[in-house]
Amino acid sequence: MTTRWFGERVERREDDRLLRGAGRFTDDFNEDALEACFVRSPYAHARILSIDARRARELPGVHAVYTAGDLPFGDRDLPLLIPHPALTNGRTQRCLAADTVRYAGEAVAFVVADNRYLAEDAADLVDVEYEPLPPVWPLEAAAEDPANTAAELTQQTGDVEGALEQAAHRRKLRFRYERGAAAPLEARATWARWDAADKRLTMYDSTQSPTSIRGGLAVLFGLPESSVEVIAPDVGGGFGPKIMLFYPDELLTPFAAMQLGRPVKWTEDRREHFTAVNHERAQVHDVEVGYDAQGRVVALDVDFVHDAGAYTPYGIILPIITAAQIPGPYRVPNYRVRFRDVLTNATPTSPYRGAGRPHACFVMERTLDAIARDLDLTRDEVRRRNLIQPDEFPYEVGVGWQDGNRAVYDSGNFPGLLEKALANLGPRPAGHHIGLGLGMYVEGTGVGPYEGAHVQVLVSGKVVASTAIPTQGQAHGTVFAQVVADQLGVSPDDVTITTGDTRRFQWGVGTFASRAAVVAGNAMAVAAGMVAEKAKRIAAEHLEVDPADLELAQGAVRVKGSPQKAMPLALLAVLSNPVRYAFGGGTEAATQFTPKPRAGPPLPAGEQPGLEATGYFSPTGSTWASGCHAAWVRVDPNTFRLQILRYVVVHDCGRVINPTVLEGQIQGGVAQGIGGAFYERLAYDADAQLRNASFMEFLMPYATEIPDVVIDHQETPSPLNPLGVKGAGEAGVIPVGAVIASAIEEALGVPITEMPLSPLRLFELTHAGSAGGAQT
Amino acid sequence: MRVNGIASPLPEDPRTLLSDHLRHQLRLTGTHVGCEHGVCGCCTVLLDGKPVRSCLLLAVQAADHDVTTIEGLAPDTAALHPIQQAFHEAHALQCGFCTPGFVLAVKGLLDEHPDPTDEQIQEGISGNLCRCTGYANIRKAVRLAAAAR
Repeated sequence: MTTRWFGERVERREDDRLLRGAGRFTDDFNEDALEACFVRSPYAHARILSIDARRARELPGVHAVYTAGDLPFGDRDLPLLIPHPALTNGRTQRCLAADTVRYAGEAVAFVVADNRYLAEDAADLVDVEYEPLPPVWPLEAAAEDPANTAAELTQQTGDVEGALEQAAHRRKLRFRYERGAAAPLEARATWARWDAADKRLTMYDSTQSPTSIRGGLAVLFGLPESSVEVIAPDVGGGFGPKIMLFYPDELLTPFAAMQLGRPVKWTEDRREHFTAVNHERAQVHDVEVGYDAQGRVVALDVDFVHDAGAYTPYGIILPIITAAQIPGPYRVPNYRVRFRDVLTNATPTSPYRGAGRPHACFVMERTLDAIARDLDLTRDEVRRRNLIQPDEFPYEVGVGWQDGNRAVYDSGNFPGLLEKALANLGPRPAGHHIGLGLGMYVEGTGVGPYEGAHVQVLVSGKVVASTAIPTQGQAHGTVFAQVVADQLGVSPDDVTITTGDTRRFQWGVGTFASRAAVVAGNAMAVAAGMVAEKAKRIAAEHLEVDPADLELAQGAVRVKGSPQKAMPLALLAVLSNPVRYAFGGGTEAATQFTPKPRAGPPLPAGEQPGLEATGYFSPTGSTWASGCHAAWVRVDPNTFRLQILRYVVVHDCGRVINPTVLEGQIQGGVAQGIGGAFYERLAYDADAQLRNASFMEFLMPYATEIPDVVIDHQETPSPLNPLGVKGAGEAGVIPVGAVIASAIEEALGVPITEMPLSPLRLFELTHAGSAGGAQT
Repeated sequence: MRVNGIASPLPEDPRTLLSDHLRHQLRLTGTHVGCEHGVCGCCTVLLDGKPVRSCLLLAVQAADHDVTTIEGLAPDTAALHPIQQAFHEAHALQCGFCTPGFVLAVKGLLDEHPDPTDEQIQEGISGNLCRCTGYANIRKAVRLAAAAR
């Protein structure tokens, strides 16, 4: 294999149509589709006494109003995606609530009309009578009643009690992380069409997992999977919550299309996105750490509660990730972690970029900062003394990982990251109220079970390739083209990638857990490698040479050392299919009336027609990316405005396919992390009502809040896949909360033990003592 | 109303937002709707050459005005407008949803300040949200586009 394109700053191949406004997002599909909207619960917890949709149904232009009783699947619980033996009290919602609503925003009725304006008019006419019930809220109160515990799990490695007793120092801390929201700029949408003659259901869906959606719809509607097509077209940001099996519209839009015989579209508005789309992050952690006189951690005991929200569609994957990721890049010889997954009357939770890790990182980094303060060590020195060393891999954490296996780090060089980050950070800037922020992390990426790819050389010599995972802006169309191009000896410009379209590739899992480059990227390499071997077999026969003497380069298969002895891939594509082509040339070469008739059947036994192959990659374990963020931050002591003077990221995701794309992911991740650390807060009141469900009051950072991040790389290849890559999608976001907290703590001299912060919260912390502060 | 230089009828329903009219009646789906309350800037179009949020206007308010959408910016199907080209070269877009709004906001900025200072760049793009890129490459694209003029 050549590595000509791998590692290059290849310009993105998907930009042109997006820059011209010619992208195709789900709401862009039309075909005179009817348009739908939801009636949603205004209460966080209530009994539904009655639903009367008569007035709505009578409104001109309204085609249907569906309530739970109108649905053949209305009495079925939606799937619990990832069951776990510890999840003994889990629950999932119904497509439409019938008896009880358990969060404000839960879907109650679905209205279909000629257009969205009429649908919203009709939704106002659906009369729902509720009997409000006391909400289970907030998290700490909910955790006090065992009836709200959906799951409880304790894991331990080593002897935590014994090590704590013998430790030179012990310290108790409490860390609180609130809910956060991914807030992609495209909210969710679904568009469905039923072709009654072909018995074919087609759905465009802004999902991160079209194959799973297709599988579910096939079962629900009693159709063979070959009759259901689900396509994730251009998707305007995902960041996690766009994968859910299922959001109610993903069943109701196709159902209505089948019932009404017309395409039906539903597009979420921003207000409903805030409560109808899953959140994440809310956890409260009680920590006891034991450490020696040098500041080395000898024992860590963590007990935390996770706010599951109203339902547990994702099982307990989030607290499992937190539990595994708390030790991070540090040696924790004795570690016990207990969590409870607690049901509350708020929007359900599922992974949001970082997925259990930002809070895990916050716990460990803040704990190390506390040790540094206690022992009067610098924050970099306390980390240096605790880091796992480069010769300790594979390194077993001692607890379970999200894939069901043990958490084992495959490779890394953590001290290298720290020193590189400090070197890039430079000296402390002049001035007052400036703090150093420092945070290190590991990230389990590239989880299985598998992804696949199909690669085909066309008779034009151009290459098409597809994989099931969809794209939300990560440049898969570019980086996968680089991988395929290297295997086939062509330019990425000759490779067209299709993602997230079950019509093109039907087996796969989805885009999450920083897994696309690792799992689908390697599947691309496998499939393209199979095509390369096939091209060599065909060329070898015609050139009468050993396939081992052949190589692929410059769009041809050629004899090593004699590049003039070559056959173009275009011709080999013709030869791979023993029929004659009316167009495209090569007919003479492919005809059976050649001077040298071949022995045996035209298609040799075991061979398939076409210069194409389907390949899969299934990793044996997760690849563990790692990194270090460091920052100089100034806080205005009067207005508490945050000024990030310098922000450095040193990142190790193994071999880098495209540095430009990787740096874009990191810069964007840091921006999302800064938003989550200091500006964005989901403000729930005592009734579990979200009070700031708009961009007016949920403050996402603009350009004015985000600095140019200084990015440096370290490459420690993963031994677990042929490309040596690790995932990078979530790395930018993970340690930002810890970094900002660390910097503010130094700048203002107040303990920071919670996320998110805000100018108001900093005012409270500096003026009212230690409300919510550290327990020492 | 003229849209991208072509005379265009107004919608029958007077409550139709300009953004919905462009997207669903005229099928100019490059104008994106991110919040429908005037904060995100995805729906930015040019009204008589000035950036405005099409979700905060009724279509009838654009009567007798010139509307330019992202589809009307590039000179032809072969070449991108220099601002679009700069966004490509600087990797200033990822998912592309906010991109048309940013490009038109930058058009308005550079028409007013052909050689903007860093501060003017921040000001010019500070009405548009991007959730993917973290803005650094968008700032870079604005500088590239200004240099290319």
